Amino acid sequence: MPSDLIHQYMRIDHLPQMWCPGCGNGVIMRDVAVAIQELIEDPDLHFNREDFVIVSGIGCSSRAAGYLDFNSIHTTHGRAIAFATGIKFANPKLHVIVLTGDGDCSAIGGNHLIHAARRNMGLTVIAFNNNIYGMTGGQYSPTTPNGERATTAPYGNVDRPFDIANLATGAGASFSARGDVFHARETIDIIKQAIQHKGFSLVDVYSVCPTYYGRKNRKGDAVDMLKWQRENLIPTARYYSMPEGERAGKKLIGILSINDYPEYTEEYAKVVDAVRKKGKG
Amino acid sequence: MIGRKRLVLETAWCKGCGICAAFCPGQVLEIRGGKAAVRDGGQCVSCGLCELRCPDYAIYLVNVEE
Repeated sequence: MPSDLIHQYMRIDHLPQMWCPGCGNGVIMRDVAVAIQELIEDPDLHFNREDFVIVSGIGCSSRAAGYLDFNSIHTTHGRAIAFATGIKFANPKLHVIVLTGDGDCSAIGGNHLIHAARRNMGLTVIAFNNNIYGMTGGQYSPTTPNGERATTAPYGNVDRPFDIANLATGAGASFSARGDVFHARETIDIIKQAIQHKGFSLVDVYSVCPTYYGRKNRKGDAVDMLKWQRENLIPTARYYSMPEGERAGKKLIGILSINDYPEYTEEYAKVVDAVRKKGKG
Repeated sequence: MIGRKRLVLETAWCKGCGICAAFCPGQVLEIRGGKAAVRDGGQCVSCGLCELRCPDYAIYLVNVEE
């Protein structure tokens, strides 16, 4: 008998999930469920469960759409944001949440990501960023750090990596943030803010892949990888209270950028209304 | 166990990753035979960190009826 949260928001006949022991994806999926639960249960906010839609692409991360018990759709590789855009346009009152991976959203679906950000499409994208293609056997992805190893980079990765949160900001996202597995409570709060944000919101959540990324790069087991997150990924308040010299090599967990650009489906509806009025003359 | 909450282990779902035991502030948990197990329940302060970071939803707290 699982906990009330799991019973209420996951398809328990599909559990236990199929991710490897110590994979961070299970924690991130739970963060999403808790964030939605807390929004629904807050009487001041008026979120309804039936207004949430979970859209995923392909990869380890994207199994989450099958486990979470909401209106959900598991789409094709890299195209989750494209499907989500269609859903949002069909019914703009829906809260459309895209669960994707670093490869799915920044390589195969890189174009969809940057243009949804640029348009400020009213979606929330949660990137389960484990720095590798796990499902297909550990190939390097656009977020594999320079010099690190993967099955397709046995002597070290020549590429420089994307920082997905900064990429989204650069592409014009009106909300961009970073979370991780270790700081689960902070990440839940960031996801809640992302969902409440009107416009395109992205949360780049650092996962851990002990099976491929960890093993290839001698990062130890899941516990060691979470200890690394504890030491190197720093929540906002502590990050800004650190002397600047100590921030080298560390990354901020929190909101990186936030703007109130006009939301795309609302702007589109305004054009439709204006043309209709003009047509009636 | 202290407080109004009780630890529940869903052992069939546990994959033995050890995250719950490693980050438990009271060293309540251990991995025994490849699964999470209670080592010293008397030290549990119901902080819920094990539940928060269990990737497999195999450990959680429930409210105890008074």
